[in-house]
Amino acid sequence: MNPESVAQKPNKKNVLEFFALGLPAFSAYALIILIILLLAHFIWHGMPGMSWAFLTESPRNNNTEGGIFPAIYGTVILVFIMSLLGVPIGTATAVYLSEYAKQSSVFARAVRFGVNTLAGVPSIVFGLFGVGFFMQFIGKGIDTTLGSDIWSKPSLLWSAATLSVLTLPVVIVSVEEALRTVPHELRAASLALGATKWQTIWKVVLPNSLTGILTGSILAIGRGAGEVAPVIFVGAVYSLPELPSSLTDQFMHMGYHIYVLATQSPNAAEALPLQYSSTLVLLLLAFSLNITAGLIRMRIRKNNS
Amino acid sequence: MAQFLHKKRPKSQIIGEFFAEWGIRLTASFSIVVIFLIFIFVFREAGGLIFGTAKELKPKVEKKVEGADDLKPEIYNPETGEIAKIKEPEKKSSKKKEEKSIWQNLAGDAWQPVGKEPKYGILPLLSGTIKVTLVALFLATPLAIFAAIYTAFFASRRLREWIKPTVEILAGFPSVVLGFFCLVTIVKGVNFITTFIQPGLDAFASGLGYIMPFADSFFREAFTISEFHYSSFVGGIGLGLAVIPIIFTITEDALSAVPKSYREASLALGATEWETAFKVMLPAALPGVVAAVLLGIGRAFGETMIALMATGNAALMSWNIFHPVRTLAATIGSETGEVQWGSLHYNILFFLGILLFIVSFTINAITELFVKKYLAKKFQGA
Repeated sequence: MNPESVAQKPNKKNVLEFFALGLPAFSAYALIILIILLLAHFIWHGMPGMSWAFLTESPRNNNTEGGIFPAIYGTVILVFIMSLLGVPIGTATAVYLSEYAKQSSVFARAVRFGVNTLAGVPSIVFGLFGVGFFMQFIGKGIDTTLGSDIWSKPSLLWSAATLSVLTLPVVIVSVEEALRTVPHELRAASLALGATKWQTIWKVVLPNSLTGILTGSILAIGRGAGEVAPVIFVGAVYSLPELPSSLTDQFMHMGYHIYVLATQSPNAAEALPLQYSSTLVLLLLAFSLNITAGLIRMRIRKNNS
Repeated sequence: MAQFLHKKRPKSQIIGEFFAEWGIRLTASFSIVVIFLIFIFVFREAGGLIFGTAKELKPKVEKKVEGADDLKPEIYNPETGEIAKIKEPEKKSSKKKEEKSIWQNLAGDAWQPVGKEPKYGILPLLSGTIKVTLVALFLATPLAIFAAIYTAFFASRRLREWIKPTVEILAGFPSVVLGFFCLVTIVKGVNFITTFIQPGLDAFASGLGYIMPFADSFFREAFTISEFHYSSFVGGIGLGLAVIPIIFTITEDALSAVPKSYREASLALGATEWETAFKVMLPAALPGVVAAVLLGIGRAFGETMIALMATGNAALMSWNIFHPVRTLAATIGSETGEVQWGSLHYNILFFLGILLFIVSFTINAITELFVKKYLAKKFQGA
């Protein structure tokens, strides 16, 4: 740091400078190239198998022919129900954090801690939670009251519920961000006109952050669609003769399909091309959602700045 | 102001307002409640292990706690550890003995849950998880932190706007896809390369052994290539890919949050850009970097699909990074589907779930309570 001492050892300094500037640059470019190669790899191997038939047909002949429609259908239905369950709760939590909570309140800090902790819990633990809470506790409870035996089994509903808990932090964080971009003047104007706090939230703040809520849901769906570990024991199955038609049915799942096919298939090599295509479909599903959310977000930020 | 407005409001509106606010508060508490529920219900399913047998859990819980207290002083002293052996975990001799043997069984070094004499030693699972996490961190941390430094300090603004979304793409990769990638592609690459690099690895190991002579044999063991295809090294690469975006993003955020005045002061004193970056900005953001690495550890520790697909899933206990491992999460993932519900094995799988939950909770609590508070204090008024 001392200019004199620096001037005395130019060589050592040059070497240091070379690494200090070179290593970060190298790492950044290596990372970018790595990610681009990874994407290219999946597009390159996945494109040949992509066709309309692949997207709309059922698998045939041990997944070496046909398509993956039931898995796509199952995944889409799953994340749809998941967002129905999770988005309202997440939005309400975000409304609390942004509109009602005082920064110093213990409860608000506890909620924030809860949300952050939830975001860090391994997804497999959510799977166990789904078994222990939704299936074994709530499901069994319903069964004992109704005298039925379908609710305590793995099903679409319990998978969606498990995933909605897992994606809750995603919804909360992004909706809260959107709520905070609603200008303060709007709230002040509404309150000054005599509206109550809740009327202001319901009629001014929420409508103005609708796109933000949408972004949150989309991000949550993108995340939920790719998660496999939580649904392994709460409802996903490898193959089904029929599409799921009720909440208590089991379902086929894209990620689980890829997993089973990759690890337990009798003829993995023959199924590989179509498996790459399945992977590409899953990636496209996840990314198109993420990119849409990113674009909406950028527009919100631009409009408000 | 609020008071005279309230006088004019109809009563129904005031009541509505009250319910709206408390409804929102109640819903907001959901996240906290879920944390407790996860703990309670995963614990409850592991209950058979902790409190004796699996069935009729609730009455057993109370009984067992009382019984254990009564029995402790009599039996505990004469039978210290070694006498009650792992042999019969299923037999109902005395409840006390059974409990003890289960815990001894858990501390064993073999995980063979299926068979006549099932062994539930979690040590190989634990060591495997730690090993694969270390490999992942060793690969991911330098890359992610250096890339974050470049992005935060050296990159042009336009380039920065490209780098961040690209890394977010990696974050958006479903872990099953990364697992598949390891399973099909990385493993080939690793097997191809390892045929060439054994001399290099030997040199590396003896170098480390020279620095730390007491661990010489350990390093030699750790870096010997084996004939196994899937190993903690292959899995570690996959986990590294999953961890990089986490470490990168949080580090980058922490570095960008360091006040501009630090940089300007350093430059004004005659330091160069890189000296400022490494000697001023990086130390200032260190708590954030620590948080990033901790959260990365949490992710790698609990990641299921990649570990399940790429690590070989053999519960071997060795420190060789080219041996297959079976991680805690992968064990839960692969065995919970087939286990008999309510059995001892089932309880133990949930017990592993509790371990994972406690680790992730602890890591999060450390970053939340310690690191963030430290950061906030440091930059107050800056």
